[in-house]
Amino acid sequence: MTATLTEPPIATKPTSAPVRERRGRGGATRALWVLPPLVLAAGFFLYPLALVVKQSFVDKNENVGLDVWRDVLNSPSFGDALWNTVKIAVLSTLGCLVVGFFLALVLSFVPFPGSRAVSRIVDTVLAFPSFLIALAFTFLYGTAGVVNAAADKLGLGEPLVGFLYSPWCVVLAEITFYTPFVMRPLLAAFALVPRERLDVAASLGAGPLRVIRQVLLPEAWPALAAGGSLTLLLTLNEFGIVLFIGAKDVTTLPMLVHAKGAVTFDYPGACVVAVVEVALSLTLYTVYRFVFSRTGAGRAGLVA
Amino acid sequence: MLVWSRSGRALVWALFALVFAPLVLAPLAILGIAAFAGDWNSVLPASWTSENIREATAGTNYDSLVVSIETALGASLIAIVVGTWAAIAARGAPRFVRRLTDAVFHLPVAVPSVVVGLGMLVAFSDGPILLNGTKWIVIAAHAVLVVTFAYSTVSAGLDRTDAAFAEVAASLGASPARVLLRVRLPMLLPSITAAASLAIALSMGEVGATIMVYPAEWRTLPVSIFTLTDRGKVLLGSAVTVVLLVATLVVLMVVGLLKGRVEERRRRR
Repeated sequence: MTATLTEPPIATKPTSAPVRERRGRGGATRALWVLPPLVLAAGFFLYPLALVVKQSFVDKNENVGLDVWRDVLNSPSFGDALWNTVKIAVLSTLGCLVVGFFLALVLSFVPFPGSRAVSRIVDTVLAFPSFLIALAFTFLYGTAGVVNAAADKLGLGEPLVGFLYSPWCVVLAEITFYTPFVMRPLLAAFALVPRERLDVAASLGAGPLRVIRQVLLPEAWPALAAGGSLTLLLTLNEFGIVLFIGAKDVTTLPMLVHAKGAVTFDYPGACVVAVVEVALSLTLYTVYRFVFSRTGAGRAGLVA
Repeated sequence: MLVWSRSGRALVWALFALVFAPLVLAPLAILGIAAFAGDWNSVLPASWTSENIREATAGTNYDSLVVSIETALGASLIAIVVGTWAAIAARGAPRFVRRLTDAVFHLPVAVPSVVVGLGMLVAFSDGPILLNGTKWIVIAAHAVLVVTFAYSTVSAGLDRTDAAFAEVAASLGASPARVLLRVRLPMLLPSITAAASLAIALSMGEVGATIMVYPAEWRTLPVSIFTLTDRGKVLLGSAVTVVLLVATLVVLMVVGLLKGRVEERRRRR
């Protein structure tokens, strides 16, 4: 009896058997085909990274040791940059989550004529360079910018003097640029929520806020986690926006790498900052991959 | 339906407009205005001019535009070839090789672009491969930064295509090369062109790694824009930014047209 039960599956697979056999034999040669791209990646990406780590332990006079690390870590500019980087990244990510959740909610569940066009615009922003937002902000919020000029005409004085060069302006610019990264997985997650569920909840007497809290938030949670951690990673590494706003007091770790590496040619110092920065973002990236593989939310439209 | 009353919906929409307009619409609109502004010291420009756009497409800015397009096409081509190769080859490889390839090709997204640039400077300023001071260091840095997107887009495409087609072709006696060229790559064409478009768009706007490594005679458009705005020439900078966006769109449209023609030719065969 057991024999007849196990027989059919074996009998239905005669055609795939030779293919599988061939695959088994070619396993080693197939693995060899991965070598050329892997060698290129190692040579042009991993090897330079390893050299960055090595260089951070060798000072300008070719002495090996922890001197460069001690100097850089003790300098006030490094502490400031580290604090600014984390502060700006966390605030921007929180802002993106709040704004992205609200915008995605309206686009999905309170649609209006033209909401598709709005989704398109949001998608386009994803392909733009980030410095574009920073450049636009100089016209909007600069000392002679549109907002100040308008406020002046209305007799309000110039309320935003200095805003352009504050960390808040960088945060606002990053929220503008990175909100789409939160919205995309959210829109995909919301698209899967059956509309009937909202209708039923409402017919049972739940108000909009309760529906959001008890019906939508549980569905949105994986997308929020994946989108949020990706945004945190990207904002930690953001360079273009900070560079273009060009505030002297707002230095971040990538800015410090640039200043040391490309302006003063202090390669060892730049390498120390780079190692710290990479360690920070790799830790986060591991968390992101973990969330991503657990929920699959990253597949909802994010590339990484 | 989340909000049922008409007044409630109006309130939500008003709030939406209040968030969306200043945050997304205003920055995009303002650049377009700035590109054509002659003199701007008040709420709206006092005069309009096309002089900035003319200057943005001439002289050194034109040279930078050509450099940007060449860099984007070169780096994207390298990234697409390497990324597609890695994605396809990783499929047939043993599990641990596949996971290793996955990790290596996903890693650049977690590394800041300035650090990629710094690595290039440290690794290729002397020694056997001397790239510093040549255009190749810019192209290599861009290729490293965009290869992640090529790899993951093509990998996702492989997930969606049915492996059975390739197996059937092989069982009918097609050689591995023929299976690759006639079955697998054509089936991946949509992913490959999507990856190419993404890579080109990212490369055209890249600033972090480029500003670390660029030699004087190979300055991309975003670096030129930064130099302009840094010197206070913000209106000209905006005009060059608009030129950059238009150029990117044109290149992407050409990629789309090429894809259409390849598909057309295949259908006629």
